[in-house]
Amino acid sequence: MLSHIITGLSFLFTLMIQYAVISRTNLFYGTADLILLLVAAWSMLGKTKVSWFWITIVGIFVSIISPYPVLAPLIAYLIVFILGQIIKRGVWQTPMLGMFIVTFAGTIFQHVLYLFVLTINGREFFWPEVLNMITLPSLLLNMLLSIPVHALIQELSIRTNMIEYEL
Amino acid sequence: MDSKKNQMKNIFNKISIQSIVIGLIVIGLIVLSISGFLTPLFNVGLNPLISSQSWLSVRFLSFKEFFTSPKDMATLRERNAQLENEVSQLQSQIIQLQENLSEAQILYALLDFARTNPQHEYVAATVIGREISPFLQYVIIDKGSSHGIRYGMPVVTQQGLVGRVDAVLGNASRIQLITDASSIVNVRLQSAKVEAQIVGSLTGEVSLEMVPQDVSVEAGDVILTSGLGGNYPPNVFVGQVVSIQKLENALFQTGNVQAIVDFTTLNAVLVITNFQSVDITPLIP
Repeated sequence: MLSHIITGLSFLFTLMIQYAVISRTNLFYGTADLILLLVAAWSMLGKTKVSWFWITIVGIFVSIISPYPVLAPLIAYLIVFILGQIIKRGVWQTPMLGMFIVTFAGTIFQHVLYLFVLTINGREFFWPEVLNMITLPSLLLNMLLSIPVHALIQELSIRTNMIEYEL
Repeated sequence: MDSKKNQMKNIFNKISIQSIVIGLIVIGLIVLSISGFLTPLFNVGLNPLISSQSWLSVRFLSFKEFFTSPKDMATLRERNAQLENEVSQLQSQIIQLQENLSEAQILYALLDFARTNPQHEYVAATVIGREISPFLQYVIIDKGSSHGIRYGMPVVTQQGLVGRVDAVLGNASRIQLITDASSIVNVRLQSAKVEAQIVGSLTGEVSLEMVPQDVSVEAGDVILTSGLGGNYPPNVFVGQVVSIQKLENALFQTGNVQAIVDFTTLNAVLVITNFQSVDITPLIP
């Protein structure tokens, strides 16, 4: 139960920070996706069932707010979650490296998915411009922020597990 | 009895003589000291005393300072911390007041815009969020259907056109900015008196399109909404032409536009509530 509360609160807090602050902080035209980072961190450090539940809830919430059609944000976050689960088994001895891999691959996949959806919806864009001005700056921001996010979620996860064990 | 009287007289005489002598000596010394004749004598006698007194005094003060200064330092530090605390509190108050002033200035500007454009009815709203995806240019405001906001209503600031309402919830709405890639606004070039379109992009830049080849357009030309299409009211300030590209083999001229609204610092907007957008999609062949 405590895991659910901690995970839910962390996502709620992150949603507020993301919409109010992070989305307004640009590097060129790119922005960091703190929710994606949280999804990556919880998928690797949290309990699978708890993380799965809250990532789905948050994904649906973001999909409702977002103008993207066909629940694209939810799909992106679930793919990142699955990627995190796979990486967790593969490089579990170096979790920070796993976080970097999930962040890198997750950001690239998310952007490709969004661009694919936008292309289907008839929006035109120039690939090199999008890559240089949006994707690469977003990737850099996500990679930079992945370090503190991973440390924070790791600390939260350890403390939650300790309290639950004591109870 | 006589002998006793004689003894008393002798004593009295002795005292009187002694008193008179002492009195004379004292008066003489006073007169001599006032007249300055005793100064060298005093100097000889007092200088060593003064020197030793000053030496002792200096040492005592140093000694006292040595023991009392830490106490003063502690008091001063305490006072300094107290003052620093007061300064930080005052600074935070100044920041708060500056924020209030900034907010008030924005609201006054919006109010001024509303007064100068009385043909419309407005609902003022605060921008509370921005779309997560960097590919889309949308903002979220704190007013929704319960405040009379409906889909398609135009959104402006005191500077000019912002966008239109794209989705509405009870107490919040999503606004599509004119910089969004799927946004197309029918505009009019004020100086050239010709109609064109401005189109957004994934990076948030705005370009001018559909400008006929035979029209002379220059950098700095003012762009206003034309009202065509029924999505936006006419004569709302949109921006200025930055540059124009005229290719001989192209059907239309294109250009770059500087939007008048700074979308990166968008804090408050006005939703025009008495403008109903017209959906002409069924009429498009």
